[in-house]
Amino acid sequence: MDKIRASLLKKSIASKIERRGKIISLTCLALIILVVFLIFYFVASRGLATFFQNHINFWQFLSGTQWNPGTNGTNGQPAVGALPMIVGSFLITIFSALVATPFAIGTAVFMTEISPRRGAQILRPVTELLVGIPSVVYGFIGLQVVVPFVRNTFGGSGYGILSGTFVLFVMILPTVTSMSADALNAVPRYYREASLALGATRWQTIYKVVLRAAIPGMLTAIVFGMARAFGEALAVQMVIGNATLLPHSLVSPASTLTSILTMGIGNTVMGSLQNNALWSLAMILLLMSLVFNMVIRYIGRKGKLNNER
Amino acid sequence: MSTILTTENLSLYYGKKQALKGVNMSFDEKGITALIGPSGCGKSTFLRCLNRMNDLIPNVTITGEVNFNQHNIYAPTMDTVKLRKEIGMVFQQPNPFPFSIYENVVYGLRLAGVRDKETLDAAVEKSLKQAAIWDEVKDRLHVNALSLSGGQQQRVCIARVLAVEPDIILLDEATSALDPISSHTIEMTLLNLRHDYTIITVTHNMQQASRISDRTAFFLNGELIEVNDTKQIFMNPVKQETNDYISGRFG
Repeated sequence: MDKIRASLLKKSIASKIERRGKIISLTCLALIILVVFLIFYFVASRGLATFFQNHINFWQFLSGTQWNPGTNGTNGQPAVGALPMIVGSFLITIFSALVATPFAIGTAVFMTEISPRRGAQILRPVTELLVGIPSVVYGFIGLQVVVPFVRNTFGGSGYGILSGTFVLFVMILPTVTSMSADALNAVPRYYREASLALGATRWQTIYKVVLRAAIPGMLTAIVFGMARAFGEALAVQMVIGNATLLPHSLVSPASTLTSILTMGIGNTVMGSLQNNALWSLAMILLLMSLVFNMVIRYIGRKGKLNNER
Repeated sequence: MSTILTTENLSLYYGKKQALKGVNMSFDEKGITALIGPSGCGKSTFLRCLNRMNDLIPNVTITGEVNFNQHNIYAPTMDTVKLRKEIGMVFQQPNPFPFSIYENVVYGLRLAGVRDKETLDAAVEKSLKQAAIWDEVKDRLHVNALSLSGGQQQRVCIARVLAVEPDIILLDEATSALDPISSHTIEMTLLNLRHDYTIITVTHNMQQASRISDRTAFFLNGELIEVNDTKQIFMNPVKQETNDYISGRFG
């Protein structure tokens, strides 16, 4: 009798294994959280040093238009005005998203609604291939093809926001397309059936029901593409001209947060103002990607509420 | 009473598998016809042939004729879009669009190009009243239809079909996903509609068939075994299979 009792009170092997698995996965999770936290901490500590150690005014940093951290600007302070890069980053992100969205939605509709078989067999592998092309290749093609094309067609040197937009358009298109296609695929079949059964044509069904029901998912796709565009460094740096000036036209050389970072990060001494100012740019980038992330989550949650049954 | 819909030697194949075997049947104008039979007997398949919803499924072959007002709806010249305006359908799962109740009901009318606000308003009120849900939703026509209960959603779906004023309404087990009280409300709704519409309903529920239908058709293994007045089918069926099924010996 006591033997049975003892064996019942002892932990079984299965529950020990269960516990071990739990500990392993929790450790992995904790490690990832720690890494993320450390990155944030490090970037913030360096980035904020510009304002607390070097006593740069935060608003002057955001609104200044001169960027030359080695020298003093007109007001006697070091010239660390990030506005040209911030404007450049936002313009290039918004323009590329604006250009990419119609193409992405059109392709996604074709892939899911009009020709699902060919979509699955040809288009999806092709878009996935596009995602896999290294960004330096995109940048190189941009430099050799897009920049001369822009120069000959729109004038200027060819370097600038417009070239960057074209390159980023191709780079974010596959992401937005495949995520939009997923959103369309997730629209339940019974919506389509109900619409067709009411005498709608296929096209009416697509734009009145399917696209409408997929709006949250497609917004997520677009914001995701924007986050990619905002964070892309190499390809943009190769075609944008990297002049830290406020862009006065789409074909004049400009710069983005990422392009100035990649240009300057190897040429500064750790702890100097020049270095700290770059960290401040990195901090803005990080904050923006956080914002994009939150927007995506917000849209996702709202979409779920709307489609709950 | 005149005949509105007939099928002649209607057969259907999913790939190589034959799901319907030469069904000949005719439907009179107005009234409720119930299609009963065990799962997989082809009654839903048959129903979906009547407004060509099976076209949406790949690898389906259909032979024979379905004549609606003397026109074969499987003729190559048939306009399926127009056909489905005249033969509406309510599905097993309540499937309102994720729009407001109002937008759900006027969906078919908007497709037809109706823009006039008063016409739309009138149609919404009329259809929701016919579907016996007006009193429950009249104060919140602009809330999302998905926020309603399952039974209410299904009645909105019925209203959505009624709004386009079809000649025939097909119901594909429209109450099987609902609780008994909601089912009862829908049955009452159908009974009220049967003087104005030709209603063809597929049901698993034999009691429901006997309660609401005027005529009943019994399907088995893709064949139409027997069709007659509901009373005859349930009290005095001719075929042995029908008798076995309604008395609960199988299915």
